[in-house]
Amino acid sequence: MTWETIAKTDAERRAAVLPDPDRYRKTFGWDEARAMLDGLPDGKLNIAHEALDRHVAHGDGDRIALRWIGKDGERRDLTYAEMVRQTARFANVLAKHGLSKGDRLYSLMGREAELYIAALGTLKAGLTFSPLFSAFGPEPIRTRMEIGEANAVVTTASIYRRKIAKLRDAIPSLKLVLILGDEAPDGCVALGPEMAAASDAFETVPMDPEDTALIHFTSGTTGRPKGAVHVHEAVVNHAATGRNALELTPGAVYWCTADPGWVTGTSYGIISPLVNGVTMIVDEADFELDRWYGILRDEGVEIWYTAPTAIRMMMRAGTEAARDYDFSKLRFLASVGEPLNPEAVVWGKEVFGHPFHDNWWQTETGGIMIANTAAMDIKPGSMGKPLPGITAGIVDRADGALRDCATGEIGELALRPGWPSMMRAYLHEPERYAKVFQDGWFLSGDLAMRDADGYFWFVGRADDLIKSSGHLIGPFEVESALIEHDAVAEAGVIGLPDETAGEVVKAYVSLNPGFDPSEALERDIRGHARKKLGPAVAPREVVFRKTLPKTRSGKIMRRLLKARELGLPEGDISTLETDES
Amino acid sequence: MTRDEIKAAFLEEVNRIAPDIDPADVGDDDHLQDDLELDSMDILNLITALAKRFGIEIPDSETEGIATPASAAGYIAGKLG
Repeated sequence: MTWETIAKTDAERRAAVLPDPDRYRKTFGWDEARAMLDGLPDGKLNIAHEALDRHVAHGDGDRIALRWIGKDGERRDLTYAEMVRQTARFANVLAKHGLSKGDRLYSLMGREAELYIAALGTLKAGLTFSPLFSAFGPEPIRTRMEIGEANAVVTTASIYRRKIAKLRDAIPSLKLVLILGDEAPDGCVALGPEMAAASDAFETVPMDPEDTALIHFTSGTTGRPKGAVHVHEAVVNHAATGRNALELTPGAVYWCTADPGWVTGTSYGIISPLVNGVTMIVDEADFELDRWYGILRDEGVEIWYTAPTAIRMMMRAGTEAARDYDFSKLRFLASVGEPLNPEAVVWGKEVFGHPFHDNWWQTETGGIMIANTAAMDIKPGSMGKPLPGITAGIVDRADGALRDCATGEIGELALRPGWPSMMRAYLHEPERYAKVFQDGWFLSGDLAMRDADGYFWFVGRADDLIKSSGHLIGPFEVESALIEHDAVAEAGVIGLPDETAGEVVKAYVSLNPGFDPSEALERDIRGHARKKLGPAVAPREVVFRKTLPKTRSGKIMRRLLKARELGLPEGDISTLETDES
Repeated sequence: MTRDEIKAAFLEEVNRIAPDIDPADVGDDDHLQDDLELDSMDILNLITALAKRFGIEIPDSETEGIATPASAAGYIAGKLG
């Protein structure tokens, strides 16, 4: 069925940050966004200064920057002034241990308040911050620390023992391991006493706008994960998009449910909200229906940025489960991570009084590129229109040259480079970086189409990457872990459509001589993969095949596995050498 | 079914979904998500598996009931009446 456009009222348009986005798009220039920031003398910049210190200088130090809610319901409020002091302490701890500008600090922990302090303290000290997802298994952690040559990591004692201690020798660059709390295992430093002893004054290190600030890892179809490098200048886009796409205005109560281990949780769970002076809610716990409804109500959340998987979990529980909650403070709902299905957009209006506003961006873009903004009529299922400052197109890569696609034609979603938060490199991989640019376009790898009204619609990935619960998973990384199991000879990994998670990871494996398929072996392989990769990345299902479909060059044809699984046409199989059996 | 039998069956289902977890290593009060690191998709799959195994319905709003083996044994016993 086609979904009716959700038209905004005149009152809604007037209340929006951008009452007339189409007109604003024509006049917007990035200097306007730069003017939202204070900067540092001599053209220097530091994200931490824009996020924290300048608000204190402007007299807003008493505003709550972060309200942290612990798993057991404990609450901790940190004002902007307190965040300035805490991040100064953290920066001093780093300096004391000999870390300086350009060094790289990784975080590996749940959503503790200290994670937010560490992120901004790291930037304040001029170091590069690279957040990792705490549920990663040891293998993804090791790879990412190797590629990024981690110099320091901040984590918990429990995570350190389970996931880092054994691989520490493999990361010779790693000099400092900071452990939350007052005690630390051998060879590590307890953060608690260090913070207590450190001065709460620190002069923010002035950075060149093009100096590296963040490294976010993202999965590749083949090969190792890619470290997308982002610079301090990215904050220009974080400032602008927070306002224009998410309605972040000073003092607003805002909840971004994303974990900072992924790019959304850093760009819009730390930087953009604080730069825009909001009060952000941080919930340490994971999704739980009544907990989330309770937070929306009790904290008076006004702006909520969440993800399709969570929305679909709420929908499963039905509108009835939300009935006893008052959501009247909510005024803007947004979603990202994977396309939001039209039912969910409309369901938002039914239950929360407002539709969800889907938007689109990726690790490489650093910030929101295409969005349904508050004043725009929503076509449910569409990601919206390019934000001011962004030029997007749909192109076809056929025959080596790019061709602009016609209205309604499916092609690859592409962007004109030059926006401030664009990645500046894939760490140590200039060739891979060069490959995503062609004929003056950045190629996203996502397939999409643009309709006659200029709205963009997501169609699928152009490659084999899997989107599960909003996480981009590289099949190669999963296959590599699977073949480390004694029984597994070859592995092919695909994503299968799933009502809740978008896609779930499924693996096809062939076995080494001496091993036979059995339920026990299936479990053993899955257990191995979960230990190596963590539950978010490991396959939920493993099936056995005698052989896997392969090309002449020996590449496993994931596309064919998927087409067969879904009963879709097999497409061009001229390169197929060995078929599945 | 006794509570111990329910608990054993519950742990079997946990192990089916998360084979990296050995039922013998799991404490009665270990939290599936906080201590054993099951993710929310695991929990959804577990709810489906338990529904099938015990013939009971577990609404999403009651997932706290099965958060630990001890609480799950009590919760499921209650459902079975």
